[in-house]
Amino acid sequence: MTPHVLTRSLDRGATLFLAIVAACGILIPLSNLLLPAGSFLQVPTYLVALWGKYVCYAILALAIDLIWGYCGILSLGHGAFFALGGYAMGMYLMRQIGPRGVYGNPILPDFMVFLNWQDLPWYWYGFDMFWFAALMVVLVPGLLAFCFGWLAFRSRVTGVYLSIITQAMTYALLLGFFRNDFGFGGNNGLTDFKDILGFNVQADGTRAALFGLSCLALILAFFICRAIVTSKLGKVLIAIRDAESRTRFLGYRVESYKLFVFTVSACMAGVAGALYVPQVGIINPSEFAPGNSIEAVIWVAVGGRGTRVGAALGAVVVNYAKTVFTSGPLAPYWLFMLGALFILVTLLLPKGIVGTFNTFWEPWKARRVEANAASAAREDGVSEPAE
Amino acid sequence: MLANLLDRFRTFALALLLTAYAVPAFAGAFEDAVAKFANDDFSDTEEAIGVVASSGNPLAHPIISALQDGRLMADPDSKKVYVTGTDGKSIDAITGEAVASVPDSASAVRLNNRLRRGVEAAVGGLTLLSPDLATRLQAAQSVFKSHEEAALPVVESALAKETNKAAKTALGEARAAIILFKSDASEQDKLEAVATIKARGDQEALALLTGIGGDQPATVSKAAASAISSIQSSLAMWSGVQNAWYGLSLGSVLLLAAIGLAITFGVMGVINMAHGEMVMLGAYTTFVVQEVIRTSYPGAFDYSLLIAVPLAFLVAGGVGVLIERSIIRFLYGRPLETLLATWGLSLVLQQAVRTLFGPTNREVGAPSWMSGAFELGQITVTYNRLWILCFTLAVFAILLAMLRYTALGLEMRAVTQNRRMAASMGIATSRVDALTFGLGSGIAGIAGVALSQIDNVSPNLGQSYIIDSFMVVVFGGVGNLWGTLVGALSLGIANKFLEPVAGAVLGKIAILVLIILFIQKRPRGLFALKGRAVEA
Repeated sequence: MTPHVLTRSLDRGATLFLAIVAACGILIPLSNLLLPAGSFLQVPTYLVALWGKYVCYAILALAIDLIWGYCGILSLGHGAFFALGGYAMGMYLMRQIGPRGVYGNPILPDFMVFLNWQDLPWYWYGFDMFWFAALMVVLVPGLLAFCFGWLAFRSRVTGVYLSIITQAMTYALLLGFFRNDFGFGGNNGLTDFKDILGFNVQADGTRAALFGLSCLALILAFFICRAIVTSKLGKVLIAIRDAESRTRFLGYRVESYKLFVFTVSACMAGVAGALYVPQVGIINPSEFAPGNSIEAVIWVAVGGRGTRVGAALGAVVVNYAKTVFTSGPLAPYWLFMLGALFILVTLLLPKGIVGTFNTFWEPWKARRVEANAASAAREDGVSEPAE
Repeated sequence: MLANLLDRFRTFALALLLTAYAVPAFAGAFEDAVAKFANDDFSDTEEAIGVVASSGNPLAHPIISALQDGRLMADPDSKKVYVTGTDGKSIDAITGEAVASVPDSASAVRLNNRLRRGVEAAVGGLTLLSPDLATRLQAAQSVFKSHEEAALPVVESALAKETNKAAKTALGEARAAIILFKSDASEQDKLEAVATIKARGDQEALALLTGIGGDQPATVSKAAASAISSIQSSLAMWSGVQNAWYGLSLGSVLLLAAIGLAITFGVMGVINMAHGEMVMLGAYTTFVVQEVIRTSYPGAFDYSLLIAVPLAFLVAGGVGVLIERSIIRFLYGRPLETLLATWGLSLVLQQAVRTLFGPTNREVGAPSWMSGAFELGQITVTYNRLWILCFTLAVFAILLAMLRYTALGLEMRAVTQNRRMAASMGIATSRVDALTFGLGSGIAGIAGVALSQIDNVSPNLGQSYIIDSFMVVVFGGVGNLWGTLVGALSLGIANKFLEPVAGAVLGKIAILVLIILFIQKRPRGLFALKGRAVEA
């Protein structure tokens, strides 16, 4: 593929967005590594990690936008796929600790030694290899989404019912992962990571590289979403969103389309989680909390559902606001603001930031295109039709 | 120095005074026995314990229990014995007079293991004769558990004197336990003892029978074995009953929390994620009512819940109408957006309560008629659970009657079945919506009053119920209160029967997975509404 093919028919907003993400993905790590510490333009390491987190959230938001914005499936359990991807990565990172743990056991992670386990559980096999863990990051959430979606969509569970059972799914996982005998570290989760692919997780260089990778993943996710929604399949998805029964009567197998897009979305969420874990340095069951998944949905709503760019933007804006407000003197009021955001966005800004902007922008753009065409026509010597 | 002298003088004066007033002691067996404690000789102490325990003297119990706790002080020089109370005050063991202080030369009477067992049996025996019924019952229980042979004469004498039926049974069982373990008891007596213990039929009886050992006559061993199996099967049945009761109790809580949700969801198709916060508001209303009563009218505390129920209905219902008019009204036909907006609302309400009342748990007391428990066969039923079950059923019945016999109920049913048709017939659907939402929220508030009795009243109270309530509504089917009833009770009972098998958390996960699978089979719940309006 040539750059021309990639950028062809991208609208201006998307081009701008991709350019900004790419620029951030290159410039922020470079500034962090090359400029001297304390310099005005140098981005401190903690900010790199923080923004890396936002980028992972943006990928999650994109995954939710793909199913909610384009197929009308409101999943209140996408945090579960995110956390499962995170756990797969966390398991790899745990195995990499090796004998450097507190108990010095070369095979068993510390919490298993602490629980007096003798052998590694079978589902931890293979996680010492990166390729296997990377495969699981995509496969586990994808498989869960496939099974869940296959059951749900086939029996035509739709709308709020689907939302509620996805919430029940993440709640069940939350309860399960809290248990010590599940073998995922219980309450404390997985933490104290040392190495990723031989590089120190704490090192500036690794963090900068992870940030760059997250930006790359965001761009890739964007192109995947775009490829799906602009294809013929995407048109069917939008048809399902707007009139599910009618699409079914036209002869489309609605459940297969839904299942496909739900699974793809879950895999994307899994990748986001996998990139998230080494950057924040911990994964624990609270990531499964139903509240997290709903919060992720509001990022999409704020940015604008069905706009892709809006979803990513919403994730960054809301999380940036959260960081600013929860660390300042306004901390007790953050939940008021988050709650008000939920209410006001749904009431007053149903299209989100980007969607609303587009409604103002599009008529103007259309006029400009018309004017351009008119002037081009004049230059060609074609007279305008009389009014 | 001077102070010390004065102190000594005061002690001396007090001692003089006491001697002057003390009735000259009649030197009887009791006094001789008590004096033997001062000999610091184990066999003397043993003899003394026996005599004191059977003396019938009112001081016998304080002396023996002091001996047990190492509070019986003996002065080897003066041969005087003192009982130091748990409060630090001492009395003379023979006369019962208070003494200012125990002399320094006195030390605690020592015991060895054999004596300690004797002391325990003596304490049990003494309390068997206590005038207090509860103490007697407890003593009989402890003798039953220890089945110490030494206690047999006391048990038999107590049994002869006993008039209370329950205490008589308990004493009989204690006696049977002793006889069963007594090596020289006749086979006939032992068989009777097995029968008595079998009749008792609880966990203790089972433990006792399994512990009798192999040196029993063959007939006794056989009788014990058959008694064990019969007790086990009856215990299994009782544990089933117990689980069913716990399940009903949990189910009633779920029903109470879900019933309001069933109304708003069923009639209006509105997913109210802030429903749990309405429950929380009800619980905090109870808290406020109790605070006001505590400070202003402490005598009326027993009525606090009766006052809180209507208030909670009004508070939560009022907030519900407010929410409907200000937010939900604009979101009809967009159920997913309603879900998000009400979730935001729940965050706001939680944080508001947290700011007003603090993030910690608030103390909500139980009125006297709700505390305590009673035994029913082998299970314990607490009054608060029983009241909550009755209360839930009452609320359910009232609601059902309201839907069936009032004008509002008729309008609500009409709107549920076909909104547009109802509107065409002149029903003000938006008014019905507001009232319905208020009703559902108000019932959630009432649920909060009940839940404040069994759960922590904190800003997170509602969150712990919201997912369960949704499960109930989805399982039972929308728009049908009977479905909610069946859904809540069956989920509660299934949960409690799975708990002993799989553990609390795994049981809950299993229930969630089962519901997810159930939804596949019946996407609209157990009792689905039929008709054209359903798909709308």
